Amino acid sequence: MLTQEERAAISEGCDSSPSARAAAPHALGAVQASRGWISDESLSDIAEFLHMTPAELDSIATFYNRIYRSPVGRHVILLCDSVSCWIMDYEYLLNHLLTKLGISGFGETTKDGMFTLLPSACLGACDHAPAMMVDRELFGDLTRQSIDTIIDQYRIKDGDRRTAQSPLATGRKEQ
Amino acid sequence: MATLYIDNKPYEFEEGRNLLHTCLGLGFDIPHFCWHPALDSVGACRQCAVKLFKDENDCTGTIVMSCMTAARDNMRISIDDKEAHEFRAEVIGFLMANHPHDCPVCDEGGECHLQDMTVLTGHTYREHRFKKRTHRNQDLGPFVHHEMNRCIACYRCVRFYRDYAGGKDLEVFGWHDSVYFGRHESGVLASEFAGNLVEVCPTGVFTDKTFRKHFTRKWDLCSAPSVCVHCSLGCNTIAGQRSGVLRRILNRFSEDVNGYFLCDRGRFGYEFVNGSRRVRTPLAKKGRNQKLEPLDRSAAIKRVAELFSSGRPVIGIGSGRASLESNFALRQLVGPQRFFVAESETQHSITTEIVHALRRTPASRASLRDVAKAGAVLVLGEDVTNTAPLLALAVRQACRTAALTNAHGLGIDPWNDAAIRETGHNVRSSLVVATPTLTKLDDVATTVYHAPPDDISRLGFAIAHALDGSAPAPRGLSPEIEAMARGIARDLAQAARPAVVSGAGSGSASVVEAAAGVAAALYKVNHDACLCMSLSECNSFGCTLLGGRDLTAALDAAERDNAEAVVVLEADLYRNCDPAIAGALLTLPRNVVVIDHTLTATAAMADLVLPAATFAEASGTFVNNEGRFQRFFSAIAPQAGFAPGYRWIAEILSVVGPEAPRWETLDDIVNDMESRVADCAGIRAAAPSASFREGSQKIARQSFRASGRTALLANTSVAESPNPADPDSALAFSPEGIQAPREQPLVARYWAPGINSVQAVSKYHGDPPAALVKGEAGADAAENHGAKAPAAFASHASEWLVMPLHHIFGSEELSMLSPSVASLARSALIVLNPEDAAKLSIRENDAVEVSNYALSCACVAAIASWVTKGSAALSVGRPETQGLDLPEWLWIRKAGAP
Repeated sequence: MLTQEERAAISEGCDSSPSARAAAPHALGAVQASRGWISDESLSDIAEFLHMTPAELDSIATFYNRIYRSPVGRHVILLCDSVSCWIMDYEYLLNHLLTKLGISGFGETTKDGMFTLLPSACLGACDHAPAMMVDRELFGDLTRQSIDTIIDQYRIKDGDRRTAQSPLATGRKEQ
Repeated sequence: MATLYIDNKPYEFEEGRNLLHTCLGLGFDIPHFCWHPALDSVGACRQCAVKLFKDENDCTGTIVMSCMTAARDNMRISIDDKEAHEFRAEVIGFLMANHPHDCPVCDEGGECHLQDMTVLTGHTYREHRFKKRTHRNQDLGPFVHHEMNRCIACYRCVRFYRDYAGGKDLEVFGWHDSVYFGRHESGVLASEFAGNLVEVCPTGVFTDKTFRKHFTRKWDLCSAPSVCVHCSLGCNTIAGQRSGVLRRILNRFSEDVNGYFLCDRGRFGYEFVNGSRRVRTPLAKKGRNQKLEPLDRSAAIKRVAELFSSGRPVIGIGSGRASLESNFALRQLVGPQRFFVAESETQHSITTEIVHALRRTPASRASLRDVAKAGAVLVLGEDVTNTAPLLALAVRQACRTAALTNAHGLGIDPWNDAAIRETGHNVRSSLVVATPTLTKLDDVATTVYHAPPDDISRLGFAIAHALDGSAPAPRGLSPEIEAMARGIARDLAQAARPAVVSGAGSGSASVVEAAAGVAAALYKVNHDACLCMSLSECNSFGCTLLGGRDLTAALDAAERDNAEAVVVLEADLYRNCDPAIAGALLTLPRNVVVIDHTLTATAAMADLVLPAATFAEASGTFVNNEGRFQRFFSAIAPQAGFAPGYRWIAEILSVVGPEAPRWETLDDIVNDMESRVADCAGIRAAAPSASFREGSQKIARQSFRASGRTALLANTSVAESPNPADPDSALAFSPEGIQAPREQPLVARYWAPGINSVQAVSKYHGDPPAALVKGEAGADAAENHGAKAPAAFASHASEWLVMPLHHIFGSEELSMLSPSVASLARSALIVLNPEDAAKLSIRENDAVEVSNYALSCACVAAIASWVTKGSAALSVGRPETQGLDLPEWLWIRKAGAP
């Protein structure tokens, strides 16, 4: 079931789109903003609301790599792996970040369900490479130390919720 | 004619197509995947690269995608250019990176477009040393098998399923190097045209699931050109068999009829041929209440011949599912006065009305191609998706004509599919769906109107009146309907080539009259108008040309003349009329002879059953819904037990009367019919005769690669057995002969050197589009022949007007004997208006009893607001609802209610 707020947000997007199909990315984004990711159930609900079939909407949802069709942590870290950041040796930072988070590669979520690490093709911050983004916050000129500070700050900020239940309990879509 | 220079040689061509299409037509091989002759170009796969030069002095040139480049006069291109060749080899290398190379276990192997293209480009070594991406497959239902790992992401499947056929449950998921083509979750593909994925897919992702159960490589199939028997459209097919088992049905391209596609009933309904209820030897009863027991062939013929020496008349009942030749032979055997058709009085009046309307209309008789190109379509009374599925596919294409015109205005080439769809998002041609039941075309219709048949008919009369003031106007129309009629009339009058579509499905002669009236009135203001009507069976039109009367008349004749016997030809009377009439017809005469391929309820009542050959074992002619004579040829060689209906009758005739015509071959009957029945004058032209030869050879039913020819029977003899003879056609049961004939009616498989897949069809030119067929009476017949609009629908107090509800899977007799089709059929359904349902305390899925004075049938309730209050819709063609002649006023009650 979509909440009242989600419905309102989707409708707003529909008003400024020529068709339901055109409003779909906005609708998916709106629901993801409140739920963190798009479950099969959310997908069916949005599809029904937009008068589309789940297949039509899923086709759009899976096209966008930032629409998450499986659960992610509370914060999504996007580490840029594009040319400038590669020249500035993001790979060295990646290894550090993986150790810091206790995970083994891109696409994984920390055990406490706090962070998910994903690659990004470009963050538009070449002048401050290597760069990464946590949620909507951009960080440039990264070093091992600055990464530690950023992660620690997020952990302190979320301190109260550190032990909160991970949202990773639900199953992944079969594909 | 324009000139195209290919590798410095000039070729003449017709402008208007893209380079790829033009070059394929000229006989060149250019590798391609995403382009398909019916789906046109999107330029997705980058496989069809060629070099384009500015002029004769340009030796550098640029690489272009041939499918995305218009072929123009004096253009210079190179296909063999080294760079272009390397480019193509590189692209196929990418496409093959994740392909599993599992050809030996793949159903597509040996007729795979991907194999052909890979060989064509010269990509012979696997250079991908890494792990391949893999997918999980889905269960897509009984027709289509899914094997995603073989995908090369050409997007043809979704372009056909979603864009062309309007399906909404097959999509592409993901992005980058991991795209997935399938459903949102496992489940039966909802489109009636899903089976075409088998042919559209250039590799083995989508394959024929029914074929898997009795698989044979293409080169081992013995195939023949055939015609579909599962509705009246007469789609052209290719039937492939091995060891006497019919293995599969493929599309046979026909410019005017089915184009490149078939519906799933036509493609998968074939299994009745291999069914357990087939009769394969003559059967006879010793007495009325005895069992049917096998009988010797000559004894059977002698027994039938004796019936003719009694002096009492013999009644013949032909049918719309038997060939024209068999029906004609029966008519000759019993005499035209005693020849009847297996249709109830109502059905027969509708069939006759349709044939009459099509023959007399001043408008053109529309082929499916004409409908697909119509600028506006009015569907009056017919749920075409369920009664004549491919007609629905054609109507769906007609909805795009406005977008095509719009794109033309924008300077977009007619083959540039993606651009046309992009610019045509909000441009839709006028499509009016006015039917008693909900249809699957409603989603693309500009106007939808669901009402009982009489009200549909009234709308038709109102439209005709709005077009032509002299046409009769229905009385007491509501202002809304009148306004709707005027709007529809305006759209039809202004459209280029408007089409009126109707048919026998609503069970109402009045609807047919109304549709004919609209076509006639429309012709007065728009001479490009055309009319398309569907009938109930594959040869209903042909049967009507022979002039038989209905079953009630047959019963009258049997009683009046004290008939000695009744001969029923390929029909189950119980499906076609009141069981009381059928019962009387099968008990009153002293003898009942049934000639049929399946042991139907009627055959079980017979004293003697002569086993008939099906379309796969016999050659013959069907006349489709537009009056087109189409020949089908036997794929399976004649076998000892059974024979085509006309052959049984010819043998009986040779015993009965020495003065009877001697019919040795099919051509003898065809020639005899052409001279005796004026209306069948076109039959001889349906296909070349048995004496036809290309060069000096017959057309080969088998591929020259057919294997095991001598080894097959080596357990009994090492000597090669002679090929079965075929005196009825120009085709041979042999790998020797012409492999790729030029005559479309004789094409037994699509093949060209290097192209083993069905895509070889691009190398076969269709006949030039035929001129529109005008009705025979010309403009004079435009005057309405006295038809009057019926009164408006009014509900009754305790009865409901029960309208026919057709199901693509479930309503047709023969396809229901095919396990795959039968698995999708639901039990009989009655759809009620919510208020009526509440009044009867019926809820969704409740068991319901529908009855009249004589019959009562059990069905399951569904509730929908499109049903007009006071009416209901009931599944037809189901065993539960047999014997009802819908629409009919019936009682409805919840099962168990008082």
